[in-house]
Amino acid sequence: MRSGSGREPAGSRGALAVPPLPCGPVDYSVEVLVNLHEYQARDLLKAAGVPMSDGDVAVTPSEAEAIARRVGGTVVVKAQVHAGGRGKAGGVKLARNPAEAAEHASQILGMTIKGLVVNKVLVVPAAEIATESYVGLILDRATQKPVFMVSDAGGIDIEEVAAKTPERITRIPVDPRYGLLPHQALKLALALYRDWDQARAAVRIMRQLFQVFMANGCSLAEINPLVTTPDGKVLALDAKIVIDDNELDRRPDLAVLRDESAEEPSEVAARRANLTFIKLDGNVGCVVNGAGLAMATMDLVKYYGGEPANFLDIGGSSNPDKVINALKIITGDPRVKVILFNIFGGITRTDDVANGIVAATRQFKVSVPIVIRLTGTNEQAAFRILESVGMSAMNDMDAAVSKAVSLAKAAA
Amino acid sequence: MSIWINSETRLVVQGITGREGSFHARQMIEYGTNVVAGVTPGKGGQLFDRTVPVFNTVAEAVTATGANCSVIYVPPAMAAGAIEEAADAGIPLVVCITEGVPVLDMTMVMPYLAERGVRLIGPNCPGLITPGQAKVGIIPGSICKPGPVGLVSRSGTLTYEVVHQLSGNGLGQSTCVGIGGDPIVGTDFIAVLAAFNADPATQAIVMIGEIGGTAEQEAAEYIKQHVKKPVVGFVAGQTAPKGRRMGHAGAIISGSAGTADEKFAAFEAAGIGIMRRPVDVVELLKAKLK
Repeated sequence: MRSGSGREPAGSRGALAVPPLPCGPVDYSVEVLVNLHEYQARDLLKAAGVPMSDGDVAVTPSEAEAIARRVGGTVVVKAQVHAGGRGKAGGVKLARNPAEAAEHASQILGMTIKGLVVNKVLVVPAAEIATESYVGLILDRATQKPVFMVSDAGGIDIEEVAAKTPERITRIPVDPRYGLLPHQALKLALALYRDWDQARAAVRIMRQLFQVFMANGCSLAEINPLVTTPDGKVLALDAKIVIDDNELDRRPDLAVLRDESAEEPSEVAARRANLTFIKLDGNVGCVVNGAGLAMATMDLVKYYGGEPANFLDIGGSSNPDKVINALKIITGDPRVKVILFNIFGGITRTDDVANGIVAATRQFKVSVPIVIRLTGTNEQAAFRILESVGMSAMNDMDAAVSKAVSLAKAAA
Repeated sequence: MSIWINSETRLVVQGITGREGSFHARQMIEYGTNVVAGVTPGKGGQLFDRTVPVFNTVAEAVTATGANCSVIYVPPAMAAGAIEEAADAGIPLVVCITEGVPVLDMTMVMPYLAERGVRLIGPNCPGLITPGQAKVGIIPGSICKPGPVGLVSRSGTLTYEVVHQLSGNGLGQSTCVGIGGDPIVGTDFIAVLAAFNADPATQAIVMIGEIGGTAEQEAAEYIKQHVKKPVVGFVAGQTAPKGRRMGHAGAIISGSAGTADEKFAAFEAAGIGIMRRPVDVVELLKAKLK
């Protein structure tokens, strides 16, 4: 698991090594995760031996037609985007013949779902289903282990199952030192199936899923639904895999699976510039060092009646280029009415940040006001640098945030 | 008094010759920390800055210098191995600053440490500081002052912001501990709270949380039952957008969505003073310390 090296030095993403946010269901997950497309997840599971429905991915209607012809019968054409509610948005369609598959593919390819353009569709046979189950493997904070979670109430939102019928979910933490033990796999399988052949098939699938999880540095690996067909076969219909971003430096084979075209372009640009950026809907652009302080700054924007336009963590590095890139990305959003810097200089040198701001405003025109709060390392030098070009900075976080909010309100 | 580190701490720096390790080793020495050894495989026998002996292994460093605490600044792919090496060498307190340690590595490290009774702080944390005595990690020494407030936080720079508010208003700190924000960390809020509760020099506690997970809620429950000292708390991420990235499966295991509202509610139920803004820490603490 730990083979391979060539990782960058510890703090190269920021000397301050500011802790990223935890990965949670409601968070920015600055512990950035890589979402794989359904077809990529299917490929990984298939390679591990998990029985999957036939099918393939297409980028053109004619490819979709060919796949539909090959698999035969009724097929499902599914948009490959990282967005929930694909079905509701018209991104999942049933096709009774190859011509219809091509027709649906031509409609779905190029459509936009929750701001993301669909570039690929998955074409799979519409399976006849007798039962549906949920099988998931999640890296759990509390037990500090991968935890299996299965339910015979599959195919629907597992959250709903957890809320309404929690007794229908079986959870088993797995000690990664020993792997999934035979009796654990059996318990999971028997939670889903009474039929012994189906249970044995499920045991194999549990082990294969665990193997995929460990071999690919997953945070989440999910089969939903795992179905039985009318003739009794156990088959994985849909798969979801999320990979821990921290694995990518030592696993270039996984890094190539990341589909940047499926992500918000400004977020991709930010990642390339070594910034952590998440676009939001407000008009106060925020540039902060450190994830916790960045969130606290956004909270304070809200506290004073404003709305943050983004989350942006420049990390601990003082590299002026980072500041320039940050300003480029934020000013690319026409809704931004004011830009707020909040820099607490520890390892980050505030004079470097000031130099970055000055350099950026020389490189391109920033047409909205910039409110700067700097404190800590080299702040006197930073203040002088800013004053020399007619800019000013503040020392107090609350004062700076409330000023930025009132400027945004005045401009709105 | 203080918790875990003080003027008696004998520190070994793993990765002392690297870019980050050398920079922060100097900062720690400058602060007055007793840095007794460094470790970089292949550079054993050298002297760092002509004063600190460098060893090839942690075991050699411990034998030669009696080091009793380690701080780690090695690249992420080597971090798990470095933690295990320190634990195996008999170091009871290991602080891992490294950011970007694969989470699956940590699932292997934790049972290894448990078997040896080793405390890990981090990874991906700013470390800890006992003002005026010792600094282990990267918290800027200049913003801290000795005093009665114990601080525990999941954040980095947000911690500095709060410490800055405290020191600037005459509220010094017994020890500040950054536990790190990764999904799996060696030391949770509760362990730090228990230590502060038992430390006679700590008269009040500040707890800085973040959205995600349930660590804050569990800490609040612990405080309600066990902590007699006044506690004030903050949760960053009240304005976080919902449903980003990682799906909802994690929430089902923990039985919580991990929102700031939930965490603040748990704080309130436990009698913890609520900081709506970082600056609120000062007034809340002054009232409680009266």
